[in-house]
Amino acid sequence: MDSTDTRRRLGIGRALIAVYGVLALAATGRSFVQIVTRFDEAPVAYALSALAAVVYIVATVALIAPGRGWYLVAWATIGFEFIGVLVVGALSLFDPALFPDDTVWSFFGRGYLFIPLVLPLLGMWWLWSQRDRFARKA
Amino acid sequence: MIDWFAYVQVAIAVLAGLFCLVRGFMGRKPDDFTLGATTVVEVLLLVQLVVALLAPGFGNVPSGNVLEFYTYLVSAIILLPLAGLWSLIERNKWSNIVLAIANLAVAVMVYRMLQIWAFQLA
Repeated sequence: MDSTDTRRRLGIGRALIAVYGVLALAATGRSFVQIVTRFDEAPVAYALSALAAVVYIVATVALIAPGRGWYLVAWATIGFEFIGVLVVGALSLFDPALFPDDTVWSFFGRGYLFIPLVLPLLGMWWLWSQRDRFARKA
Repeated sequence: MIDWFAYVQVAIAVLAGLFCLVRGFMGRKPDDFTLGATTVVEVLLLVQLVVALLAPGFGNVPSGNVLEFYTYLVSAIILLPLAGLWSLIERNKWSNIVLAIANLAVAVMVYRMLQIWAFQLA
C-alpha cells in the first residue's frame, strides 16, 4: 500500500465522519422534537429515535477518537446501526402499527435518502480497511 | 418564512455544496472561495432566522411545528461553522468535501424548514 493510497483512505474516513456527524445532528434534532412535543403518542418509536441518536453520536466520536478501544467502539456502534436499520426497517414494513411515526430507521431510512442503510456498510468497509493500524500487538 | 427566499437559499446552498465538492475533487485545499461560498450560505441562514422571527408579526405564521422548525434552523446555523472550523484545522482537499457535505445538508434542512412552515399542517 503506497502512501497516496493511505492518504486517500484516510480522506474517505474524513468524509465518513462528516456524514456521520450530520446524521447524528439530524437524529438528535428529530428525537428532541418528538420527545418534547408528543412522547406519549408513540413512546417506543421515540425512545428508539433517541437511542439511534445517541448511537450515531457515539459512532461519530469513535470514528474521530484514536486508539484501539475507540476502534472497537466504532465497530460496535456501526454494527448496531446496521442491525437497527435492518430490523426496524423490516418491522416498519411488515407491521406499521409498531411504529406509528417515523424514526430515522423506518422503511430502511427512507426519510433520510436511505443514508442510514448505506452508511453503516461504508463505515464497516472503512473500519475493515483500517484493521492493520489497530491490530492487537502481541 | 418567505417562499421565494427559501427557494433561493436552497439553490445557493446546493450550488455552494457542488462548488466545494468540485474544488475538493480537483485536489484543492479549502480557500477563500470555498469558505466564502460557505459563509454566504451561513449569512443567508442568519437572515432566515431574522425573517422567521419577524414574519409572524406580519401575518406570515408557520403552519407546522414551530419547535421542529427552529431545531432545524439552529442546527443548520451551528453546522456550517463546525465544518468551517474543521477546514481551518485540517488543510487538505478532504476538508472541501466536508464543506460540501455541510452545505448540501443545509440545503435539505432549509427545504424541510419550508415544508414545515408552509405545508406541514396547511
